[in-house]
Amino acid sequence: MVDTDDRSTPRDPATGAGWVDPPPRMGFFTDTSVCIGCKACEVACKEWNGVPTSGLDLLGMSYDNTGALTANSWRHVAFIEQPRPAAASEQTDTTTQFLGMPQSGPPGRTGTAEGRNDFRWLMMSDVCKHCTRAGCLDVCPTGALFRTEFGTVVVQEDICNGCGYCVSACPYGVIDRRVDDGRVWKCTLCYDRIGAGMTPACAQACPTESIQYGPLDELRERAAARVATLHERGVPEARLYGHDPSDGVGGDGAFFLLLDEPEVYGLPPDPQVPTHDLPKMWKRAGVAALAMAAGAVVAFLGGKR
Amino acid sequence: MSSQQPPVGERFRRSRQRRDAGLAVPPAEFSSYYGRPILKPPVWTWEIAAYLFTGGVAAGSSLLAAGGQLTGRPAMRRAGRVAALAAVTASAGLLVKDLGRPERFHHMLRVAKPTSPMSVGTWIVAAYGPAAGLAAIAEAAPLLPRRGPLGLVRRVLPPVGRVAGLAAAATAPALGTYTGVLLADTAVPSWHEAYPHLPVVFAGSALASGAGVGLIAVPPAQAGPARRMAVAGAALELYGAHQVESRLGLLSEPYRTGRAGQLLRAGRTLTAVGVAGAVLGGRSRVVAALSGAALLAASVATRFGVFRAGVASARDPRYTVLPQRERLARRRAAETP
Amino acid sequence: MAEAHPVGFQWVMEARKRGAKVFHVDPRFTRTSASADTYLPIRAGSDIALLGGVVNYILSNELDFREYVLAYTNAATIVSEDYVDAEDADGLFSGFDPETGSYVQDSWQYAGHERDSGSGHTATERDTAAGLRHESHGAPIAGQVERDDTLQHPRCVYQILKRHFVRYTPEMVERVCGLPQEKFLELARAWTQNSGRERTGCLIYSVGWTQHSVGVQYIRTGAIIQLLLGNVGRPGGGVLALRGHASIQGSTDIPTLFNLLPGYLPMPHHAQHPTFDEWVDAIRHPGQKGFWGNARAYAASLLKAYWGDAATPDNDFCYGYLPRMTGDHGTYQQVLDMIDGKIKGYFLLGQNPAVGSAHGRAQRLGMANLDWLVVRDLFMIESATFWQRGPEVATGEIVPQECRTEVFFLPAASHVEKEGTFTQTQRLVQWREKAVDPPGDARSELWFFYHLGRRLREKLAGSTLPRDRALLDLAWDYPTHGPHDEPDAEAVLREINGYEVATGRPLASFAEARDDGTTAVGCWIYAGVYADGVNQAARRRPGREQDWVAAEWGWAWPANRRMLYNRASADPQGRPWSERKRYVWWDESAGRWTGYDVPDFEVTKAPTYRPPEGATGPAALAGDDPFVMQSDGKGWLFAPSGVVDGPLPTHYEPAESPVRNSFYGQQDNPTRKTYRHPVNSINPSPPQEHSQVFPYVFTVSRLTEHHTAGGMSRTVAPLAELQPEMFVEVSPALAAVAGLTHLGWAHLISARAVIEAKVLVTDRLVPLRVDGRVIHQLWLPYHFGFEGLVTGDSANDLFGITLDPNVLIQESKIGTCDVRPGRRPTGPALRDLVDDYRTRAGIVAGAVPPAVTPGVPVDQPGETAGERETGADERGDR
Ligand SMILES: Nc1nc2c(c(=O)[nH]1)N[C@H]1C(S)=C(S)[C@@H](COP(=O)(O)OP(=O)(O)OC[C@H]3O[C@@H](n4cnc5c(=O)[nH]c(N)nc54)[C@H](O)[C@@H]3O)O[C@H]1N2
Ligand SMILES: Nc1nc2c(c(=O)[nH]1)N[C@H]1C(S)=C(S)[C@@H](COP(=O)(O)OP(=O)(O)OC[C@H]3O[C@@H](n4cnc5c(=O)[nH]c(N)nc54)[C@H](O)[C@@H]3O)O[C@H]1N2
Ligand code: SF4
Ligand code: SF4
Ligand code: SF4
Ligand code: SF4
Ligand code: SF4
Ligand SMILES: [Mo]
Repeated sequence: MVDTDDRSTPRDPATGAGWVDPPPRMGFFTDTSVCIGCKACEVACKEWNGVPTSGLDLLGMSYDNTGALTANSWRHVAFIEQPRPAAASEQTDTTTQFLGMPQSGPPGRTGTAEGRNDFRWLMMSDVCKHCTRAGCLDVCPTGALFRTEFGTVVVQEDICNGCGYCVSACPYGVIDRRVDDGRVWKCTLCYDRIGAGMTPACAQACPTESIQYGPLDELRERAAARVATLHERGVPEARLYGHDPSDGVGGDGAFFLLLDEPEVYGLPPDPQVPTHDLPKMWKRAGVAALAMAAGAVVAFLGGKR
Repeated sequence: MSSQQPPVGERFRRSRQRRDAGLAVPPAEFSSYYGRPILKPPVWTWEIAAYLFTGGVAAGSSLLAAGGQLTGRPAMRRAGRVAALAAVTASAGLLVKDLGRPERFHHMLRVAKPTSPMSVGTWIVAAYGPAAGLAAIAEAAPLLPRRGPLGLVRRVLPPVGRVAGLAAAATAPALGTYTGVLLADTAVPSWHEAYPHLPVVFAGSALASGAGVGLIAVPPAQAGPARRMAVAGAALELYGAHQVESRLGLLSEPYRTGRAGQLLRAGRTLTAVGVAGAVLGGRSRVVAALSGAALLAASVATRFGVFRAGVASARDPRYTVLPQRERLARRRAAETP
Repeated sequence: MAEAHPVGFQWVMEARKRGAKVFHVDPRFTRTSASADTYLPIRAGSDIALLGGVVNYILSNELDFREYVLAYTNAATIVSEDYVDAEDADGLFSGFDPETGSYVQDSWQYAGHERDSGSGHTATERDTAAGLRHESHGAPIAGQVERDDTLQHPRCVYQILKRHFVRYTPEMVERVCGLPQEKFLELARAWTQNSGRERTGCLIYSVGWTQHSVGVQYIRTGAIIQLLLGNVGRPGGGVLALRGHASIQGSTDIPTLFNLLPGYLPMPHHAQHPTFDEWVDAIRHPGQKGFWGNARAYAASLLKAYWGDAATPDNDFCYGYLPRMTGDHGTYQQVLDMIDGKIKGYFLLGQNPAVGSAHGRAQRLGMANLDWLVVRDLFMIESATFWQRGPEVATGEIVPQECRTEVFFLPAASHVEKEGTFTQTQRLVQWREKAVDPPGDARSELWFFYHLGRRLREKLAGSTLPRDRALLDLAWDYPTHGPHDEPDAEAVLREINGYEVATGRPLASFAEARDDGTTAVGCWIYAGVYADGVNQAARRRPGREQDWVAAEWGWAWPANRRMLYNRASADPQGRPWSERKRYVWWDESAGRWTGYDVPDFEVTKAPTYRPPEGATGPAALAGDDPFVMQSDGKGWLFAPSGVVDGPLPTHYEPAESPVRNSFYGQQDNPTRKTYRHPVNSINPSPPQEHSQVFPYVFTVSRLTEHHTAGGMSRTVAPLAELQPEMFVEVSPALAAVAGLTHLGWAHLISARAVIEAKVLVTDRLVPLRVDGRVIHQLWLPYHFGFEGLVTGDSANDLFGITLDPNVLIQESKIGTCDVRPGRRPTGPALRDLVDDYRTRAGIVAGAVPPAVTPGVPVDQPGETAGERETGADERGDR
């Protein structure tokens, strides 16, 4: 499982996890260019999976009052208010430096009575990436996390003892421990539904097909076509994220079409599975252990007093 | 555990409030989503930092004990063994306490997983703990009656203790260093990038704290090895810490700034004081004990410092975004001819 | 649309994927704007100026679809020479009667029809929102009309229209709407370029357009554009209303409105419709063209459904039992009557006026002054607890111990806990199965009313009082099932569909309805939904298994027709205007109309058919008259009757506006409905003094995350957490001006109330430059109240009561206010603050601004004594 050095060879994670003749790998393609921010996905996920409330908290982050993916929000819709990037607009004020989201303070500063700067409002429904090389899964010491036959990553709630290791090992900041429960929770890609041939609740609820569910190979083709179409239509900023099997996590089972840099949406620009470096880590630990032993030996043999 | 999920707003407050930015445009250093962390900060609390320390103390103490055992220093042996048992017991307690579901601690033993340093660590502790325990119990042999079934135990214990003590010492370096991998094998930027150095820091810190136990518990006359161990440990620790604080680029910053920076600086000072006291303190029992205490305190400070630096690095999206951007740029540059 | 109709919006997104261009016009940047190609920020309440600009753009550049316009609209029709346009009279049309605030419409008629139109004085129509009757049919026109097919006659509709809108130039659009000219021209160009023979464009609106004192005229303007561009009755065209609650269309078809009976039959008025014959003739207008000629059969069959065996031709089918209107019984009049102690008891079902209706304080004070109030709801809503926890308790205006209203709360079954239908905006009736049993004592409306009726009848059994006959004679025999004797919903659907009394055979269409008592029909337009005894509304054949019209999904009234007036999709000769846009056409060889949809035309009437002299009813419509419910078969650019506030849309300022009307001396809609009542007041607008006391415009609408008055969303955790607090959106510029901070508190003050909200500073709102001034708009959601998991002040408390005169809808999209940082005062200090503002604004309790703006000349209508008398008569009726 640690042969992670090779960035170029995609592999089927289900087979890798020991499934014999698994069904095709299933996943999500979330096309944020058609997301309308209705949050039906968030609500459908909560209803289907019985996820408790994340708290009644006005965050002032545009219309995002969930804030992040958490143990109590397995889908999270991000809202980003920003000036339109230069390429897409004829009348952009080039002196305004684009920063993604303002780091603090209110999100407004572009509109005046004399005419508004062209403006856009990005929306994106985020979810667990079901990584090909999943940090959470690699580090789980109890086997609570496992790879399903569909290539997805699922927590077994009756096994997890809440050690919290997976939380720190996820390069996307997805998996999270529920405070009053002690265990970790995240999207299961509706293991119960897809096992019964159904579509995951969030994708089923999405009115605009922003969330597309299906065999990953098909989704990748569709996504490539969509990006090409958007480029043709003058949306050069459209790009895929997490689709590439040669990236630091071996590609995501849930990947995205974005209209801006990943970090603008709260995504890491170049995620890497922590265990990528694990062999080197063990080597270094071995050296340090030897040094430690040596230190002790020297201490006892190195003098008379 | 509080019974209520704190509001999301509370959980992910921006770590650095850039106040009064107002409507002015701040410098375009990097962009993020409302300044919120990209990663989940570790859910581990002080117990894990404390465990880093107690685990180190156990490892160092077992080495000390084994040295004492093999070089005929019974006081050192005894002190090391007892300290090791105390430390490993505390370690187990701390580890269980930090679990979200402590009653399920034994689920750790369901699997053995080389990709999970925590699983590896569990088995290291599982191997080490009983050995260290037996070795310590063996020290109680003289207290047992000479006759009867306990008399038999009294006779068997010392050889068992010797074997156990050596077994504990054999696993101790693993115990003392795997924790470096435990932290490094995460997405926490300043931990992960520090992977070449953390085991070194922790090895040194373990040696030094083991030495500290020796300095406190053993008459100065017998404590020569402990003093040398202190020097060796301090050297490793200071070297490692220096690497961590200076070789990671932006990701060294969390080790130098804030609470973590203070702790690490305190650790360095205490280490220096402890080593100096040990080496220059002559035959003073008091100075030796103070030096030992300083070394132990140094280890605590270092462990908490390293721990907090990681947490801080996960809380600020800068540490996630900027290094990854650089890495990406490097890779793209390499790809384009 | 993305906000409030996300599921419907998927089709807009799909259209965009296929290359359609989407324009969004809204005072604030919404989720819809985010998904549109072009967003046009507009000052709330100024859309007629924008749309009028488009009309002017079309006409002055001759971009109309001339063949269509000539053949299918009344563009060529000549209007009476008595007619005076608002352009020539500073904003008033001819015939205005300042005493009643309504028009005498004789001068608006087609030439030669000044007297026989039947419109005359519209004071009663205004009171009873009679315009609404025309929702499914036009107002009457008898006989033939004069035409000029060259469109050159100065009094032809085309020329009148042109003159009426000639001043609606891009410059004026910019000045009035605050919208850059280029944006306007981009819209006008795209709209016209994407209309015509080969292309169609569609117009979608919802309550951002309707909830104004000129709401109906907004939509009229849109309809004029669509008719000029040939976008009506054709695929991809239309003026599409997005309706609200899941079955709000159903609730006008089978109405919950005071002035309608099922199928848009008008509720009888005590003075105008004393007898069955007079009532029926007022609907069908003997001698009139079009499909309302059969109204007698629909009316008789309805009464037959109500009173069964007791209803016979001899007793006019028990017409005497029907309640009669005496004037305005609209919801706002009723609330004021409650305050005045004229109404004693009230049933409140599926409505939460304490939060959802304009002037929340009046709503609550009214409900606190009843003998009894029955609330049936899913949740314990504000309208049931106002006497205990409402804001007036805090101010001391309602004392719980002394509140005289006895409130009965009865739990209701939700839509998933009972079977029945939803009728959506396309008139599609869809059957709904019951998913789960209702909890506890919760029961369906059907159960409640059936058993309420049953018990009342049991109590009255044996009564010989004539007044009890109406109840005792009701046909009240529905089969029931289950442990709670739930009436069978399908049996109700069958009755709505109608059946032959003798055999019980369900009717196949409304053509089978008879006026002799042999048929009973609950709602004639729904006839066919239960054809052959099959629940057609329950059909669920997937779209991929049928053609794109998908006629086998559910059932649409009338006659399962998916698009109204679809005869217009073919040219006058019956050929599709274009192959791309073919929909319904004349099949010469078969001698009938055919196509994808059910033709909205007599299927065998050839395009060449011309009515014989003196024909009436459907037979009077020619083979190229597609608007079959209109009395002249034409789409009306100019409306000689049916709209009480003018035959052509005219820009008037909202009742509360910080700016002067830039087009006319007349500031606001002179026929708007206002109520002189001590509780009601209107903030001053120019040219009145003190308008600067309330300098900001606020507009109120929806969030995707919440539903209407919040009873169904603030009570549900996964929704409540998505928008957990009442907030107000302001632009950064306004935040700077008013000293507001992001996530800080603000309070808003009007002459009615003060409310508080958290501040969201956002670029989605921009200040607008209007008539040389900067106008700041604030935005509020109206979903918050004091019950539920998340609570907050109600935006509707800020509003006064001003209604559109056609349909009596409240102006709840726009008002003026002041805004200040910090929280509002509490207790009696709150009223003190409001009173302080009222004093500064010179507001006198019970006074409303004059209907006619001072200085605008009024031509007294009606020179003949007869007309004046009619007017006086009707005034006396109120
Ligand atoms: N999520 C959700 N969906 C709903 C509902 C809900 O409460 N929540 N309610 C349902 C009901 S009952 C209804 S009636 C529909 C209503 O559906 P909509 O009419 O779409 O809902 P609103 O948000 O009230 O108003 C739409 C827009 O009109 C804008 N507006 C206000 N004044 C003006 C104006 O003068 N001109 C123009 N051009 N725009 C203006 C507002 O800014 C707002 O964005 O939604 C239905 N669907
Ligand atoms: N300022 C402003 N005000 C507005 C609007 C606006 O845009 N701006 N919009 C207006 C519009 S379009 C509307 S439709 C109104 C809506 O305003 P209301 O109709 O007053 O508000 P709702 O919350 O929709 O009330 C419906 C109630 O019915 C209950 N209910 C649901 N199903 C059932 C059932 O099967 N049986 C029974 N008995 N009860 C049931 C729900 O729990 C809920 O409490 O608000 C209007 N008010
Ligand atoms: S995104 Fe995180 S939680 Fe999801 S599979 Fe990848 S590592 Fe695990
Ligand atoms: S918290 Fe649960 S799922 Fe995560 S690593 Fe620990 S045992 Fe595995
Ligand atoms: S796949 Fe299922 S569990 Fe995952 S986000 Fe969607 S609804 Fe939730
Ligand atoms: S349901 Fe679809 S459109 Fe709605 S927020 Fe989620 S992803 Fe976006
Ligand atoms: S709430 Fe129901 S009716 Fe409204 S958009 Fe969603 S699915 Fe459609
Ligand atoms: Mo509505």
